[in-house]
Amino acid sequence: MRQQSDRFLFNTLGFIIVGLFALLCLIPFWLIISGSFMSQEAISMHGYSLWPTEWSFDAYKLLFQTSQELIRAYGITIMVTTIGTVIGLLITAMTAYVLNCKDFRMRNYFSFYFYFTTLFSGGLVPWYILLVKYLDMKNSILALILPPLLNVFYILIMRSFVSAIPEAIRESATIDGAGDFTIFTRLILPLIKPALATIGLFIALHYWNDWFNTMMFIDNERLYSLQYYLYQILSKMEFLNSAVAQAGIATANIPSDAYKLAITLATTGPIILLYPFVQRYFVQGITVGAVKG
Amino acid sequence: MNAIGKGFLWELKKHKVKLLMLLPSVLFFLVFCYIPMAGIVVAFKKYNYIGGMFGSPWVGLENFKFFFESGQLWQVTKNTVLYNLVFLIVNNILEIVMAILLAEMAGKYIRKFLQSAIFLPYFISWVVVAAFVYNIFNYEYGSLNNLLKSLGLESVDVYSNPKAWIFILIFFAAWKSVGYGTVFYMAAIMNIDSETYEAAEIDGANIFQRIRYITIPALIPTTIILMMLSIGSIMRGDFQMFYQIVGDNSLAFSTTDVIDTFVVRSLLTIQEYGMSSAAGVYQSVLSFIIIITVNYIVRKSQKDYALF
Repeated sequence: MRQQSDRFLFNTLGFIIVGLFALLCLIPFWLIISGSFMSQEAISMHGYSLWPTEWSFDAYKLLFQTSQELIRAYGITIMVTTIGTVIGLLITAMTAYVLNCKDFRMRNYFSFYFYFTTLFSGGLVPWYILLVKYLDMKNSILALILPPLLNVFYILIMRSFVSAIPEAIRESATIDGAGDFTIFTRLILPLIKPALATIGLFIALHYWNDWFNTMMFIDNERLYSLQYYLYQILSKMEFLNSAVAQAGIATANIPSDAYKLAITLATTGPIILLYPFVQRYFVQGITVGAVKG
Repeated sequence: MNAIGKGFLWELKKHKVKLLMLLPSVLFFLVFCYIPMAGIVVAFKKYNYIGGMFGSPWVGLENFKFFFESGQLWQVTKNTVLYNLVFLIVNNILEIVMAILLAEMAGKYIRKFLQSAIFLPYFISWVVVAAFVYNIFNYEYGSLNNLLKSLGLESVDVYSNPKAWIFILIFFAAWKSVGYGTVFYMAAIMNIDSETYEAAEIDGANIFQRIRYITIPALIPTTIILMMLSIGSIMRGDFQMFYQIVGDNSLAFSTTDVIDTFVVRSLLTIQEYGMSSAAGVYQSVLSFIIIITVNYIVRKSQKDYALF
């Protein structure tokens, strides 16, 4: 009986505390959705609210009419995300494979070479000068693809996935005369598919949400990534007005306050829609990282 | 050549495919991490574009002097360290509480749903969080003031109130990352041997006692590792968060400016290469010293928890 009532108390506490926090996590999303369906008059009169007094689609109409630049920003982000994820993932897996070869005695030096970069850095300024002055990446799409390409922690997580593959598989393939690259592409890659999905999603999410590299290196509006384009719309009234003017619409009576929220939703939609399907891969990646410490 | 040299060359030859496979990542970190490390010399130079990183004239400690005398050093250091300490404490407590509750709670589907809900913010970019902040705290239209007005209370103007930003930042820092940390702690809980719990239950321990005497002690290693990682980066502010949430609101800089936002602003808006790189070196060197010291202390007392 005691046990039962303690259980009940625990569950009630759990639902209240976790439920409250979950509610706080979801409310901002709902506020964005609800606000984006409000009319400009309603927002000026009452401000954003939890439920629109009357549903208005003005913001979405405007979004549709000015969609040209949004679509271009989408295109840039999709391209950068795809190229960066594929290349980054391959290099990460290749590096992780070599760092796992027990017969490769130099691997510890290389591990240290990679790990040290997480302990010490030259700071932002030399990095910026290097990319702009010496690698000529100002206004180059490479500035969006290259800097986030590799991450030491992903290499380490990938390495613990690879280390779960029995060493005997590699040994027998070596005896059969297969080289390291063949072993990697033919044997290892198919065996670490779940790991590729996990790390690939982490890399892709990073690219998708990146605006920092656009801010640092891109002045050309045609090369703006999606999140940076959103940032410009949110933070600069002129930017919003010019987007509207370019679409040939009078800027006087635009539903700008609902528009900001509609465009926020338009850039975040794909992530929220994909989230239920990809969540478990992220959980798996964090779990492997946690167990390995 | 002696035997070691021969052995080394033989190793290289034997593993030439492996070395080739490592080449892309080795080059990547050489270019994007190691060369910038050498670029630290910029902090000791009067940088000009023509001379570049290595050809500009030396000025000794002039840039550091400028940074120290600007009066910013103490403020940004204090803000960075204090924010990180508060985030570290608040986030870890929330993560542990959420993980323990979620791991033991009844109702499979509701548990899954709640966990998904608190993990969702991790996937959103900081720009979108800035849109949330605008939506909630905007003085004229914000949801918060809307709510206050409907309750008959007075509107608040957070934009001219530097203290308010402390709480907004703490809230969104937790909002964004507690879900991630919860998964981390839940992984540690799943690793606890279930027989321990069963034995305790048979001995009559109730659920609170089991948590107190089994779960919490079992989470200590994970907590220490996460704390160490956070302390190692205590001098590094989360640039994306501070920059997006606070924006260019200079009224709030006294309580919200961290080293990272200070560096980017000095670099991009006033093109002050010398001082911003001096600030960067100050940050990197202190971070490095802190990591090495913390790791040394942990290794002396609890060897298993050391990072390296």
